[in-house]
Amino acid sequence: MSIAVEFKDVTKKFAGAGANAVDHVSFQVEKGELVTILGTSGCGKTTLMKMINRLYDPTSGEIDVFGEDIARTDPVLLRRKIGYVIQQIGLFPHMTVAKNIATVPDILKWDKEKTDQRIDELLKLVNLDPEEYKSRYPAQLSGGQQQRVGLARALAADPQIMLLDEPFGAIDAINRSNLQDELLAIHRRSGKTFLFVTHDVTEALKLGTKVMIMDRGRIQQFDTPREVLDHPANDYVASLMKSVVEGLEFLK
Amino acid sequence: MTRFLEYTTRHYDKLIEALLEHLQMVGVTLVISIVLALVISLCIMDRKRISSWVMRVCSMIYAIPSLALFALLIPLTGLGSSTAVVVLVIYNQYILVRSFTEGLQLVDAGIREAAVGMGMTKWQVFIKVRFPLALDAMVAGIHIAVISTIGIATIGATIGAGGLGSILFDGMRTQNGVKIVWGTVLSVVLVLAVNGLLKLAEKKIKKGIYHMET
Ligand SMILES: Nc1ncnc2c1ncn2[C@@H]1O[C@H](COP(=O)(O)OP(=O)(O)O)[C@@H](O)[C@H]1O
Ligand SMILES: [Mg+2]
Repeated sequence: MSIAVEFKDVTKKFAGAGANAVDHVSFQVEKGELVTILGTSGCGKTTLMKMINRLYDPTSGEIDVFGEDIARTDPVLLRRKIGYVIQQIGLFPHMTVAKNIATVPDILKWDKEKTDQRIDELLKLVNLDPEEYKSRYPAQLSGGQQQRVGLARALAADPQIMLLDEPFGAIDAINRSNLQDELLAIHRRSGKTFLFVTHDVTEALKLGTKVMIMDRGRIQQFDTPREVLDHPANDYVASLMKSVVEGLEFLK
Repeated sequence: MTRFLEYTTRHYDKLIEALLEHLQMVGVTLVISIVLALVISLCIMDRKRISSWVMRVCSMIYAIPSLALFALLIPLTGLGSSTAVVVLVIYNQYILVRSFTEGLQLVDAGIREAAVGMGMTKWQVFIKVRFPLALDAMVAGIHIAVISTIGIATIGATIGAGGLGSILFDGMRTQNGVKIVWGTVLSVVLVLAVNGLLKLAEKKIKKGIYHMET
């Protein structure tokens, strides 16, 4: 199996901060995995993710993407190969759904026919009728629909790696559950590597082929959902898992 | 009334000339002001501390009475419309740099980050995302600058810059009511016309870029 993303003793300390936001982290993500990154707010999940597409550069350590040290790549070119979805959605309000999705294809100067075809294909993939939604503006969509477009936009140029930072955080439970199922289907069909940040334990366990649990900038456990549930590595992980199990027990 | 008509028919060419002079002074001022303000705003928009200092300096200059600024500049640039243009450009910087910088800074950080994160170059982020989303704030600033330039430009007549101000000041000096009325009327008509045009432009932008009905 080839390694899609590898962190080698990576630390990120923000100027003026007391502690490291990401603290001596090492791990490998194999190609085709869907890794969920789980932890409470402020534990360094976003920082870790933004170092992969070089929105932040690490203070020390090395990050490899498909075996290449990204510190030696042009960040702009690197980002075009990595899909990126954020919680605030970040759709461009002055562009139609189609134009939003065409962002990276346009940057890459695809011809119009290929781009148009891709837009239709992607809208179908995220369960939006192309004819109905293509020429709408973000303000004319519900939160869930906007996030679907955000997902389609990130997938547009068929990136090898997808970074998703709490993409469903602001969406109601039913829509979120649907989006999760769709994301799983998209991931399975694509065979691409997904990294998915969430602070929702259930979501992390449901989506992840592997779960990375973080606390205060460090990885507490990085394993399959089953292993994390059955054999928590430490008290922190155990208490996190207990909260889910208790939530379910309560219903019985 | 007959005096009014008599003057008008005899000197309408002078009135038109003054109006054209005025328009030219305002036009040249605006082009230079906007270009300069754009350059300044681009340099300072991502530097919070520098931008607040620049704003402070601009507001201090803006507080200088226009007559005093004209007087201060005569030794440097002499009498005439070029001095007037310099003064008007300086005044506009406060209005324009402020609205440009604020407009550009207020574009949602999440949207900008999404643009960067997808692999846009700095220039692409600016042209495709930041500039269009700041455009309405920028045009609102230009609107105020145009109106204020038309007004302050009349004072340019005191240093021989011509324009509608020269008709007003002539009228005052020679106690010629007709000239005063014409100078005033033309100024007001000019402001109203420009106002209408800019409102239309703003509406177009709101519809064309933000798809908002006004
Ligand atoms: N741009 C920044 N500048 C300074 N500190 C930051 C910045 N971004 C995040 N931090 C700090 O780093 C820590 C981790 O933040 P973050 O990675 O956003 O956490 P999470 O995504 O897990 O909620 C927090 O303490 C946060 O305050
Ligand atoms: Mg976060």
